[in-house]
Amino acid sequence: MTLLLAQYPLFSSLLILAGLAAACGALLGYAEQRFKAERNQVAVADAVNNLLPQTQCGQCGYPGCRPYAEAIAAGEAINKCPPGGAAGIRALATLLDVKLLPLDKEHGEEKTAPLVAFIREDECIGCTKCILACPVDAILGAAKQMHTVISALCTGCDLCVEPCPVDCIDMVSPHESLQTWRWQLPDPSSRSVDIIATDNVLRAAQRDRAA
Amino acid sequence: MLADYSILLIGAILVNNVVLVQLLGLCPFMGVSNKLESAMGMAMATTFVLTLSSACSNLVYHFVLLPLGLAYLKTIAFILVIAVVVQFTEMAVQKTNPMLHRVLGIYLPLITANCAVLGLALLSIGKEHSFLQSLFYGFGGGAGFSLVLVLFAAMRERLAVADVPAPFRGAAVGMITAGFISLAFMGFAGLV
Repeated sequence: MTLLLAQYPLFSSLLILAGLAAACGALLGYAEQRFKAERNQVAVADAVNNLLPQTQCGQCGYPGCRPYAEAIAAGEAINKCPPGGAAGIRALATLLDVKLLPLDKEHGEEKTAPLVAFIREDECIGCTKCILACPVDAILGAAKQMHTVISALCTGCDLCVEPCPVDCIDMVSPHESLQTWRWQLPDPSSRSVDIIATDNVLRAAQRDRAA
Repeated sequence: MLADYSILLIGAILVNNVVLVQLLGLCPFMGVSNKLESAMGMAMATTFVLTLSSACSNLVYHFVLLPLGLAYLKTIAFILVIAVVVQFTEMAVQKTNPMLHRVLGIYLPLITANCAVLGLALLSIGKEHSFLQSLFYGFGGGAGFSLVLVLFAAMRERLAVADVPAPFRGAAVGMITAGFISLAFMGFAGLV
């Protein structure tokens, strides 16, 4: 080896460096193989977690969205998330390439409109039970003080409704302000109504030709 | 024997602190010190990589490069070793602690480009350390990095709510603070 080095210093030192790199690569490849299964599962759980609605409501039977995502990655059914609804299940089925399932009614119904919790403040006795129940810390208040919901943070999971001893929490549709108002999307069933002017011209021309 | 190693450790942590005295690894020092939690994670990962890469570099130098008379290749060989150690650390962290892996995110692979790692490996060779000495030297450097990173992160969390004059806000006041800590660490000179 030293003879080779003396004769071809550049070539042999390159060769040695390449050998070192190959040894390191083999080591990494072996480690990659050993850790592979779990790495894949973590990546799948990440992707699933991005599709879940992050309400942290626990209706699926898991303590939050991330644990449910991990369970899905490990083979749990995808139809246990009512806040995600049919659209969420479709997205999950596309991602994981599994069969589309209807929402499991055991875990709750899909709500048509987003709701937020609202505390009727003069009835609140300040028991803090709803604060403990809230998974996203959207309820403000202290013991024996009135509580209120920060509606911008509320995910509408209605976990706070049940623990309230005086039933002063309602689920209401969120108050519309100038900041939250959006144009209504056209109703999909009304797509047959002509909203594109050039289409109208085309259709009128066809009608003329027919007549 | 024990005294030798403790002097080596104290020297690496306080007297020749890798960030504040040798001015290596300033990128993560400024970049990851905004939040205490991520600073702690980064500190742990970097310490691990520093210890391991310093020891591995020592092995590669003494058992591959020196016998073949290729000592002049040490820089590129050490870069290779460090890249492998970092990649391995990333795999291990992802397996053992996925939460930490998500917190560290992009900073974990960036340890490869942390000049403190290469710097310590080269310095250790320059000081003709034995294998065990380079292991302690790497760990000491990592511990020193962790110490100042966590100290600085705690300070920056307070700076974030302090009333800093507008032109100095953000990174500028961070740099000035780092300069002051560096001055303070000069007080350790001559300790060992």
